[in-house]
Amino acid sequence: MVVDGVAAGSGGADETVDRLFHALADTTRRDILRRCVRDELSVSRLAATYPMSFAAVQKHVTVLERAGLVTKQRRGREQLVRTDPDAVGRARQALDGLESAWRARVDRMSGLLADDDAEAGPDGNTRKGPDG
Amino acid sequence: MTVTSVDKDVDHLTLTLIADFTAPVERVWRLWADPRLLERWWGPPTYPATFEEHDLTPGGEVRYFMTGPEGEKHGGWWRVTSVAPPTSLEFTDGFSGQDGKPDPGMPATSVRMTLTRHDGGTRMELRSVFDSREQMDRLTEMGMVEGLTASVGQMDDVLAG
Repeated sequence: MVVDGVAAGSGGADETVDRLFHALADTTRRDILRRCVRDELSVSRLAATYPMSFAAVQKHVTVLERAGLVTKQRRGREQLVRTDPDAVGRARQALDGLESAWRARVDRMSGLLADDDAEAGPDGNTRKGPDG
Repeated sequence: MTVTSVDKDVDHLTLTLIADFTAPVERVWRLWADPRLLERWWGPPTYPATFEEHDLTPGGEVRYFMTGPEGEKHGGWWRVTSVAPPTSLEFTDGFSGQDGKPDPGMPATSVRMTLTRHDGGTRMELRSVFDSREQMDRLTEMGMVEGLTASVGQMDDVLAG
């Protein structure tokens, strides 16, 4: 759903999608995303989780940030990472996802209704109801 | 366009969608009431649904699974809360675990569907509400991370092909 949303945007959409896919095509980056969905975590705290240097983790975070998947906020000496900080944004995304699922279903329903075969069940067990 | 209007209420986690069909109410109802017809539209073409149980009575259960391109199965369930053929249906729609039982840790939505005669055809009003914000966040999390991860996987296949 998110890919569709991004791809639907005009101008530089391909580049945006490339960045998004590149950002997601890595196990560590996907793990960072999962960890930072509910809690803000500092880069140093994240670095302690993975068997790699602080600088390497910081690079991963930068890739995610460029793809628009996380935001970084400086608090004191810490840099806090969060996956989509905006609850309203998340709600909108979830509702957008639900909307596209239902739009696709309604399209398929229309297709079936237009199809005369839909009148009878596959086992020939045609149900005749009272007029709606 | 079949879909006439869509309203998304972020504060109440509610999607309201209105669709108009030229077919009569009875025929639209049958798309919900006949599991063999239901499975022709519930899942996307790449994830067709198979309904194993379909009891549209109050308290009744519906069980189905969707089969992915790799043959993987994703289970789902409805619990029917209210039904008045051929005009209304209310149910909770959720995911099942590997054992086919409802998975309480997975997000669920409450769906209310009504059909009314309209302009010689049928108006379908569908309201879908997330049970809780936490569940909704979980769905987004899954959609965003798992969905995109799946897309990346598909892309890898294409690039490897």
